[in-house]
Amino acid sequence: MNPSADALERHFGSAIRRVTESCGDTIVYVELGRLREILAWLKDTPDQAYIYLVDVTAVEYREPERPLEVVYELFAFSRKVGLRVKAELPKDQPLEVDSMVPLWAGANWLEREVYDMFGITFRGHPDLRRILMWETYAEGYPLRKDFPLRGRFSRSEQVRQALNANPEAHYSLEELGIAESYQELPADMRGRLARGERGQIAEPKGGA
Amino acid sequence: MGVIATPDRSPGSVVSQVSPNWLTTRVDFLVNWARSNSMWPMPFGTACCAIEFMAAAASRYDIARFGMERMSFSPRQADVLICAGRLPFKLAPVIRRIYDQMPQPKWVISMGACASTGGIFDNYAMVQGIDTVVPVDVYVPGCPPRPEGLLYGILLLQKKIRGETLADPSIRIEQTLDEHGLRLSPERIDELSEPFGNSLHQTRSA
Repeated sequence: MNPSADALERHFGSAIRRVTESCGDTIVYVELGRLREILAWLKDTPDQAYIYLVDVTAVEYREPERPLEVVYELFAFSRKVGLRVKAELPKDQPLEVDSMVPLWAGANWLEREVYDMFGITFRGHPDLRRILMWETYAEGYPLRKDFPLRGRFSRSEQVRQALNANPEAHYSLEELGIAESYQELPADMRGRLARGERGQIAEPKGGA
Repeated sequence: MGVIATPDRSPGSVVSQVSPNWLTTRVDFLVNWARSNSMWPMPFGTACCAIEFMAAAASRYDIARFGMERMSFSPRQADVLICAGRLPFKLAPVIRRIYDQMPQPKWVISMGACASTGGIFDNYAMVQGIDTVVPVDVYVPGCPPRPEGLLYGILLLQKKIRGETLADPSIRIEQTLDEHGLRLSPERIDELSEPFGNSLHQTRSA
Protein backbone atom coordinates (compact mmCIF):
# COMPACT_ATOMS: atom_id res chain seq x y z
CA MET A 1 0.00 0.00 0.00
CA ASN A 2 1.33 3.39 -1.00
CA PRO A 3 1.85 5.57 2.14
CA SER A 4 0.41 8.52 0.24
CA ALA A 5 -3.04 6.98 0.77
CA ASP A 6 -2.73 7.33 4.55
CA ALA A 7 -1.39 10.86 4.18
CA LEU A 8 -4.37 11.76 2.00
CA GLU A 9 -6.84 10.36 4.53
CA ARG A 10 -5.19 12.30 7.35
CA HIS A 11 -5.17 15.52 5.35
CA PHE A 12 -8.51 15.39 3.53
CA GLY A 13 -10.61 13.15 5.78
CA SER A 14 -13.99 12.31 4.28
CA ALA A 15 -13.06 13.64 0.84
CA ILE A 16 -11.16 10.37 0.42
CA ARG A 17 -14.00 7.95 -0.25
CA ARG A 18 -12.11 4.68 -0.14
CA VAL A 19 -8.69 3.18 -0.82
CA THR A 20 -8.11 -0.15 -2.55
CA GLU A 21 -5.17 -2.04 -3.91
CA SER A 22 -5.04 -3.91 -7.18
CA CYS A 23 -2.05 -5.76 -8.68
CA GLY A 24 0.28 -3.81 -6.41
CA ASP A 25 -1.16 -0.41 -7.38
CA THR A 26 -2.85 1.80 -4.82
CA ILE A 27 -6.16 3.28 -5.97
CA VAL A 28 -7.67 6.24 -4.15
CA TYR A 29 -11.29 7.20 -4.80
CA VAL A 30 -11.82 10.87 -4.05
CA GLU A 31 -14.74 13.29 -3.94
CA LEU A 32 -15.41 14.77 -7.38
CA GLY A 33 -15.72 18.37 -6.15
CA ARG A 34 -12.31 18.36 -4.44
CA LEU A 35 -10.39 16.52 -7.15
CA ARG A 36 -8.36 19.55 -8.30
CA GLU A 37 -7.46 20.47 -4.73
CA ILE A 38 -6.35 16.92 -3.92
CA LEU A 39 -4.28 16.50 -7.06
CA ALA A 40 -2.65 19.90 -6.52
CA TRP A 41 -1.73 18.82 -2.99
CA LEU A 42 -0.26 15.56 -4.29
CA LYS A 43 1.79 17.45 -6.84
CA ASP A 44 3.02 20.37 -4.71
CA THR A 45 3.59 18.82 -1.27
CA PRO A 46 7.32 18.02 -1.00
CA ASP A 47 6.68 14.65 0.68
CA GLN A 48 4.41 13.57 -2.16
CA ALA A 49 5.92 15.25 -5.25
CA TYR A 50 3.82 13.46 -7.87
CA ILE A 51 5.17 15.76 -10.55
CA TYR A 52 4.38 13.51 -13.52
CA LEU A 53 0.87 12.91 -14.82
CA VAL A 54 1.22 9.61 -16.66
CA ASP A 55 -2.28 9.34 -18.03
CA VAL A 56 -5.82 10.63 -17.83
CA THR A 57 -8.51 8.21 -18.85
CA ALA A 58 -12.04 7.17 -17.98
CA VAL A 59 -13.98 3.97 -17.42
CA GLU A 60 -17.60 3.11 -18.03
CA TYR A 61 -18.75 -0.19 -16.58
CA ARG A 62 -21.19 -2.66 -18.02
CA GLU A 63 -23.70 -2.19 -15.20
CA PRO A 64 -25.84 0.80 -16.24
CA GLU A 65 -26.27 2.07 -12.67
CA ARG A 66 -22.57 2.27 -11.94
CA PRO A 67 -21.08 5.73 -12.33
CA LEU A 68 -18.36 6.58 -14.81
CA GLU A 69 -14.88 6.97 -13.37
CA VAL A 70 -12.27 9.45 -14.46
CA VAL A 71 -8.79 8.13 -13.71
CA TYR A 72 -5.56 10.00 -13.05
CA GLU A 73 -2.32 8.03 -13.09
CA LEU A 74 0.40 9.87 -11.17
CA PHE A 75 4.10 9.17 -10.71
CA ALA A 76 6.76 10.58 -8.36
CA PHE A 77 10.18 10.39 -9.96
CA SER A 78 12.00 11.17 -6.73
CA ARG A 79 10.59 8.10 -4.98
CA LYS A 80 9.78 5.96 -8.04
CA VAL A 81 6.21 5.32 -6.88
CA GLY A 82 2.93 5.65 -8.69
CA LEU A 83 -0.56 6.46 -7.45
CA ARG A 84 -3.92 6.07 -9.14
CA VAL A 85 -6.61 8.61 -8.27
CA LYS A 86 -10.19 8.07 -9.36
CA ALA A 87 -13.33 10.17 -9.11
CA GLU A 88 -16.83 8.91 -9.81
CA LEU A 89 -19.23 10.74 -12.13
CA PRO A 90 -22.88 9.73 -11.60
CA LYS A 91 -24.75 9.33 -14.85
CA ASP A 92 -27.77 11.39 -13.76
CA GLN A 93 -25.63 14.52 -13.53
CA PRO A 94 -23.72 16.40 -16.24
CA LEU A 95 -20.38 14.66 -16.87
CA GLU A 96 -18.08 17.49 -15.79
CA VAL A 97 -14.66 17.51 -14.13
CA ASP A 98 -12.22 20.31 -13.41
CA SER A 99 -9.41 20.42 -15.95
CA MET A 100 -5.92 19.61 -14.67
CA VAL A 101 -4.15 21.60 -17.40
CA PRO A 102 -3.23 24.36 -14.89
CA LEU A 103 -1.37 21.69 -12.87
CA TRP A 104 0.12 19.58 -15.67
CA ALA A 105 0.32 21.06 -19.17
CA GLY A 106 0.52 17.50 -20.46
CA ALA A 107 -3.09 16.94 -19.43
CA ASN A 108 -4.20 18.98 -22.44
CA TRP A 109 -4.33 16.28 -25.11
CA LEU A 110 -5.14 13.51 -22.59
CA GLU A 111 -8.27 15.34 -21.49
CA ARG A 112 -9.17 16.06 -25.10
CA GLU A 113 -9.02 12.33 -25.76
CA VAL A 114 -11.28 11.57 -22.79
CA TYR A 115 -13.70 14.24 -24.01
CA ASP A 116 -13.58 12.79 -27.52
CA MET A 117 -14.19 9.19 -26.46
CA PHE A 118 -16.46 9.57 -23.40
CA GLY A 119 -18.03 13.03 -23.68
CA ILE A 120 -16.74 14.14 -20.29
CA THR A 121 -16.39 17.92 -20.18
CA PHE A 122 -13.30 19.39 -18.50
CA ARG A 123 -14.06 22.75 -16.92
CA GLY A 124 -11.32 25.30 -17.59
CA HIS A 125 -9.66 23.37 -20.40
CA PRO A 126 -8.04 25.88 -22.80
CA ASP A 127 -8.87 24.02 -26.03
CA LEU A 128 -11.47 21.31 -25.51
CA ARG A 129 -11.94 19.86 -29.00
CA ARG A 130 -12.08 16.34 -30.35
CA ILE A 131 -8.61 14.98 -30.96
CA LEU A 132 -8.94 11.50 -32.52
CA MET A 133 -12.24 11.83 -34.34
CA TRP A 134 -12.68 14.83 -36.62
CA GLU A 135 -14.24 17.93 -35.16
CA THR A 136 -17.51 17.68 -37.05
CA TYR A 137 -18.02 14.07 -35.91
CA ALA A 138 -21.68 13.95 -34.98
CA GLU A 139 -22.29 10.32 -34.04
CA GLY A 140 -21.51 10.63 -30.34
CA TYR A 141 -18.78 9.35 -28.06
CA PRO A 142 -17.40 6.01 -29.30
CA LEU A 143 -16.26 4.44 -26.02
CA ARG A 144 -19.59 4.89 -24.24
CA LYS A 145 -21.50 1.68 -23.64
CA ASP A 146 -24.59 2.94 -25.47
CA PHE A 147 -22.56 3.63 -28.62
CA PRO A 148 -23.13 1.06 -31.39
CA LEU A 149 -19.95 -0.67 -32.52
CA ARG A 150 -20.37 0.43 -36.14
CA GLY A 151 -21.46 3.96 -35.36
CA ARG A 152 -24.89 5.55 -35.59
CA PHE A 153 -24.94 6.59 -39.25
CA SER A 154 -25.14 4.31 -42.25
CA ARG A 155 -21.88 3.36 -43.92
CA SER A 156 -22.69 5.46 -46.97
CA GLU A 157 -23.33 8.51 -44.81
CA GLN A 158 -20.07 7.91 -42.95
CA VAL A 159 -18.18 7.68 -46.25
CA ARG A 160 -19.93 10.79 -47.53
CA GLN A 161 -19.01 12.82 -44.47
CA ALA A 162 -15.44 11.52 -44.56
CA LEU A 163 -14.95 12.35 -48.24
CA ASN A 164 -16.46 15.79 -47.77
CA ALA A 165 -14.10 16.60 -44.93
CA ASN A 166 -11.17 18.85 -45.70
CA PRO A 167 -7.98 16.88 -44.99
CA GLU A 168 -5.96 20.06 -44.52
CA ALA A 169 -8.19 21.45 -41.80
CA HIS A 170 -7.67 18.92 -39.01
CA TYR A 171 -5.15 21.05 -37.16
CA SER A 172 -5.25 24.51 -35.69
CA LEU A 173 -2.65 27.07 -36.66
CA GLU A 174 -0.94 26.65 -33.33
CA GLU A 175 -0.63 22.90 -33.76
CA LEU A 176 0.85 23.38 -37.21
CA GLY A 177 3.33 25.89 -35.78
CA ILE A 178 2.73 28.36 -38.58
CA ALA A 179 0.71 30.96 -36.71
CA GLU A 180 3.37 33.62 -37.20
CA SER A 181 3.75 33.00 -40.94
CA TYR A 182 0.00 32.84 -41.55
CA GLN A 183 -0.07 35.95 -43.72
CA GLU A 184 2.57 34.53 -46.07
CA LEU A 185 0.50 31.46 -46.95
CA PRO A 186 -1.47 31.26 -50.22
CA ALA A 187 -4.90 32.80 -49.92
CA ASP A 188 -6.81 29.57 -50.44
CA MET A 189 -4.80 27.78 -47.76
CA ARG A 190 -5.40 30.71 -45.40
CA GLY A 191 -9.10 30.36 -46.01
CA ARG A 192 -9.11 26.63 -45.39
CA LEU A 193 -7.10 26.94 -42.20
CA ALA A 194 -9.21 29.79 -40.92
CA ARG A 195 -12.42 27.83 -41.47
CA GLY A 196 -10.96 24.79 -39.84
CA GLU A 197 -13.03 21.72 -39.18
CA ARG A 198 -15.48 23.65 -37.06
CA GLY A 199 -17.67 24.35 -40.08
CA GLN A 200 -20.60 22.17 -41.02
CA ILE A 201 -20.36 19.60 -43.78
CA ALA A 202 -22.78 20.50 -46.55
CA GLU A 203 -26.00 18.53 -46.67
CA PRO A 204 -26.34 16.20 -49.65
CA LYS A 205 -27.81 17.85 -52.72
CA GLY A 206 -31.10 16.36 -53.83
CA GLY A 207 -31.73 14.67 -50.50
CA ALA A 208 -29.56 11.59 -50.95
CA MET B 1 34.02 -7.03 -85.16
CA GLY B 2 31.00 -4.80 -85.39
CA VAL B 3 27.56 -5.35 -84.05
CA ILE B 4 26.09 -4.82 -87.51
CA ALA B 5 26.71 -7.76 -89.74
CA THR B 6 28.84 -7.22 -92.78
CA PRO B 7 26.52 -6.66 -95.77
CA ASP B 8 26.33 -9.56 -98.06
CA ARG B 9 27.94 -8.42 -101.31
CA SER B 10 27.30 -11.58 -103.23
CA PRO B 11 25.53 -11.23 -106.57
CA GLY B 12 21.73 -11.11 -106.32
CA SER B 13 21.42 -9.55 -102.87
CA VAL B 14 20.08 -6.03 -102.29
CA VAL B 15 21.95 -4.07 -99.68
CA SER B 16 19.92 -1.50 -97.81
CA GLN B 17 21.60 1.85 -97.26
CA VAL B 18 19.53 2.64 -94.14
CA SER B 19 20.20 1.17 -90.69
CA PRO B 20 18.83 -2.33 -90.33
CA ASN B 21 17.74 -1.63 -86.68
CA TRP B 22 13.96 -1.51 -86.99
CA LEU B 23 11.13 -3.82 -86.19
CA THR B 24 7.40 -4.02 -86.60
CA THR B 25 4.95 -4.48 -83.73
CA ARG B 26 1.52 -3.45 -82.52
CA VAL B 27 1.23 -0.11 -80.67
CA ASP B 28 -0.90 -1.74 -77.98
CA PHE B 29 1.73 -4.39 -77.36
CA LEU B 30 4.59 -1.89 -77.23
CA VAL B 31 2.79 0.62 -74.98
CA ASN B 32 1.50 -2.03 -72.61
CA TRP B 33 4.90 -3.73 -72.50
CA ALA B 34 6.50 -0.42 -71.51
CA ARG B 35 3.79 0.49 -69.01
CA SER B 36 3.58 -2.87 -67.31
CA ASN B 37 7.34 -3.10 -66.83
CA SER B 38 7.89 0.37 -65.40
CA MET B 39 5.15 0.92 -62.86
CA TRP B 40 6.20 3.39 -60.21
CA PRO B 41 4.41 2.64 -56.94
CA MET B 42 3.00 5.27 -54.63
CA PRO B 43 3.21 3.54 -51.25
CA PHE B 44 0.32 4.42 -48.95
CA GLY B 45 1.31 2.37 -45.93
CA THR B 46 -0.88 2.73 -42.85
CA ALA B 47 -0.35 -0.50 -40.92
CA CYS B 48 1.44 -3.85 -40.74
CA CYS B 49 0.89 -4.49 -44.47
CA ALA B 50 3.38 -1.70 -45.07
CA ILE B 51 6.04 -3.78 -43.29
CA GLU B 52 5.43 -6.63 -45.73
CA PHE B 53 5.47 -4.11 -48.55
CA MET B 54 8.89 -2.92 -47.41
CA ALA B 55 10.05 -6.52 -47.32
CA ALA B 56 8.81 -6.92 -50.88
CA ALA B 57 10.90 -3.92 -51.86
CA ALA B 58 14.02 -5.17 -50.08
CA SER B 59 16.68 -7.41 -51.59
CA ARG B 60 15.20 -10.83 -50.83
CA TYR B 61 11.95 -10.31 -52.78
CA ASP B 62 13.03 -7.26 -54.78
CA ILE B 63 10.12 -5.80 -56.72
CA ALA B 64 12.80 -4.05 -58.81
CA ARG B 65 12.66 -7.23 -60.88
CA PHE B 66 9.28 -6.01 -62.13
CA GLY B 67 10.39 -2.44 -62.79
CA MET B 68 8.96 -1.11 -59.53
CA GLU B 69 12.07 -0.22 -57.60
CA ARG B 70 11.43 3.47 -57.92
CA MET B 71 9.09 4.33 -55.02
CA SER B 72 7.35 7.54 -55.88
CA PHE B 73 6.66 9.50 -52.74
CA SER B 74 4.92 12.13 -54.81
CA PRO B 75 1.62 11.04 -56.36
CA ARG B 76 2.36 13.24 -59.36
CA GLN B 77 5.09 10.86 -60.59
CA ALA B 78 3.36 7.64 -59.62
CA ASP B 79 1.52 4.97 -61.61
CA VAL B 80 0.30 2.50 -58.98
CA LEU B 81 -1.26 3.45 -55.65
CA ILE B 82 -0.60 0.62 -53.21
CA CYS B 83 -2.81 1.01 -50.15
CA ALA B 84 -1.04 -1.19 -47.60
CA GLY B 85 -3.10 -1.22 -44.43
CA ARG B 86 -6.39 -0.12 -42.94
CA LEU B 87 -7.97 3.14 -43.94
CA PRO B 88 -9.76 5.13 -41.24
CA PHE B 89 -12.49 7.55 -42.25
CA LYS B 90 -10.18 10.38 -41.29
CA LEU B 91 -7.73 9.29 -44.01
CA ALA B 92 -10.40 8.75 -46.69
CA PRO B 93 -10.17 12.31 -48.09
CA VAL B 94 -6.37 12.01 -48.02
CA ILE B 95 -6.18 8.88 -50.17
CA ARG B 96 -8.84 10.35 -52.44
CA ARG B 97 -6.76 13.47 -52.99
CA ILE B 98 -3.62 11.40 -53.60
CA TYR B 99 -5.52 9.35 -56.16
CA ASP B 100 -6.85 12.49 -57.85
CA GLN B 101 -3.33 13.92 -58.04
CA MET B 102 -1.92 10.88 -59.84
CA PRO B 103 -1.73 11.33 -63.63
CA GLN B 104 -3.22 8.82 -66.05
CA PRO B 105 -2.53 6.00 -66.63
CA LYS B 106 -2.93 4.92 -62.99
CA TRP B 107 -3.86 1.78 -61.14
CA VAL B 108 -4.64 0.87 -57.54
CA ILE B 109 -3.63 -2.20 -55.56
CA SER B 110 -5.54 -2.84 -52.34
CA MET B 111 -3.11 -4.77 -50.16
CA GLY B 112 -4.44 -6.80 -47.26
CA ALA B 113 -7.75 -7.66 -45.67
CA CYS B 114 -8.31 -4.25 -44.06
CA ALA B 115 -7.74 -2.20 -47.19
CA SER B 116 -9.92 -4.57 -49.20
CA THR B 117 -12.85 -5.08 -46.80
CA GLY B 118 -12.17 -3.38 -43.49
CA GLY B 119 -10.86 -6.68 -42.15
CA ILE B 120 -11.26 -7.19 -38.44
CA PHE B 121 -11.99 -3.49 -37.98
CA ASP B 122 -15.72 -3.62 -38.56
CA ASN B 123 -16.24 -0.57 -36.39
CA TYR B 124 -17.17 3.10 -36.33
CA ALA B 125 -13.79 4.44 -37.41
CA MET B 126 -12.80 2.37 -40.44
CA VAL B 127 -13.61 2.48 -44.14
CA GLN B 128 -15.03 -0.94 -45.09
CA GLY B 129 -12.89 -1.41 -48.18
CA ILE B 130 -11.08 1.34 -50.06
CA ASP B 131 -13.14 0.55 -53.16
CA THR B 132 -15.84 2.73 -51.60
CA VAL B 133 -13.38 5.63 -51.95
CA VAL B 134 -11.14 4.93 -54.97
CA PRO B 135 -11.44 2.40 -57.83
CA VAL B 136 -9.33 -0.71 -57.21
CA ASP B 137 -7.65 -2.89 -59.86
CA VAL B 138 -6.18 -5.73 -57.80
CA TYR B 139 -7.09 -6.94 -54.31
CA VAL B 140 -4.38 -8.85 -52.45
CA PRO B 141 -5.86 -10.91 -49.61
CA GLY B 142 -3.98 -11.75 -46.42
CA CYS B 143 -3.48 -10.39 -42.94
CA PRO B 144 -0.91 -9.23 -43.85
CA PRO B 145 -0.14 -10.80 -47.24
CA ARG B 146 3.34 -12.22 -47.55
CA PRO B 147 5.63 -10.46 -50.04
CA GLU B 148 4.98 -13.30 -52.48
CA GLY B 149 1.30 -12.41 -52.27
CA LEU B 150 1.99 -8.81 -53.19
CA LEU B 151 4.29 -9.93 -56.02
CA TYR B 152 1.52 -12.16 -57.35
CA GLY B 153 -0.85 -9.19 -57.22
CA ILE B 154 1.68 -7.11 -59.14
CA LEU B 155 2.01 -9.85 -61.76
CA LEU B 156 -1.78 -9.95 -62.08
CA LEU B 157 -1.81 -6.18 -62.53
CA GLN B 158 0.85 -6.48 -65.25
CA LYS B 159 -1.30 -9.10 -66.94
CA LYS B 160 -4.27 -6.76 -66.72
CA ILE B 161 -2.26 -3.89 -68.23
CA ARG B 162 -1.12 -6.09 -71.12
CA GLY B 163 -4.76 -6.68 -71.96
CA GLU B 164 -5.56 -2.99 -72.22
CA THR B 165 -5.96 -1.32 -75.59
CA LEU B 166 -5.55 2.23 -76.78
CA ALA B 167 -8.64 1.73 -78.92
CA ASP B 168 -10.76 1.96 -75.76
CA PRO B 169 -10.21 5.44 -74.28
CA SER B 170 -12.90 4.86 -71.65
CA ILE B 171 -10.49 2.97 -69.39
CA ARG B 172 -8.44 6.15 -69.00
CA ILE B 173 -11.33 8.44 -68.14
CA GLU B 174 -10.76 10.16 -64.82
CA GLN B 175 -13.29 8.83 -62.30
CA THR B 176 -14.34 11.77 -60.22
CA LEU B 177 -16.74 12.00 -57.31
CA ASP B 178 -20.40 12.67 -58.02
CA GLU B 179 -22.41 15.65 -56.83
CA HIS B 180 -22.87 14.04 -53.40
CA GLY B 181 -19.12 13.67 -53.03
CA LEU B 182 -19.33 9.90 -53.42
CA ARG B 183 -17.71 7.47 -55.86
CA LEU B 184 -20.51 4.90 -55.75
CA SER B 185 -24.19 5.13 -55.00
CA PRO B 186 -25.07 5.13 -51.27
CA GLU B 187 -26.87 1.80 -51.72
CA ARG B 188 -23.76 0.24 -53.25
CA ILE B 189 -21.55 1.54 -50.42
CA ASP B 190 -23.94 0.14 -47.82
CA GLU B 191 -23.94 -3.19 -49.66
CA LEU B 192 -20.15 -3.32 -49.89
CA SER B 193 -19.86 -2.43 -46.19
CA GLU B 194 -22.23 -5.14 -44.97
CA PRO B 195 -20.63 -7.29 -42.28
CA PHE B 196 -19.69 -10.81 -43.27
CA GLY B 197 -17.84 -13.78 -41.79
CA ASN B 198 -17.10 -13.44 -38.10
CA SER B 199 -18.44 -9.88 -38.06
CA LEU B 200 -21.95 -11.31 -38.33
CA HIS B 201 -21.66 -12.48 -34.73
CA GLN B 202 -20.72 -9.06 -33.42
CA THR B 203 -23.70 -7.35 -31.88
CA ARG B 204 -24.86 -3.84 -32.47
CA SER B 205 -25.44 -2.65 -28.94
CA ALA B 206 -28.02 -0.07 -29.93
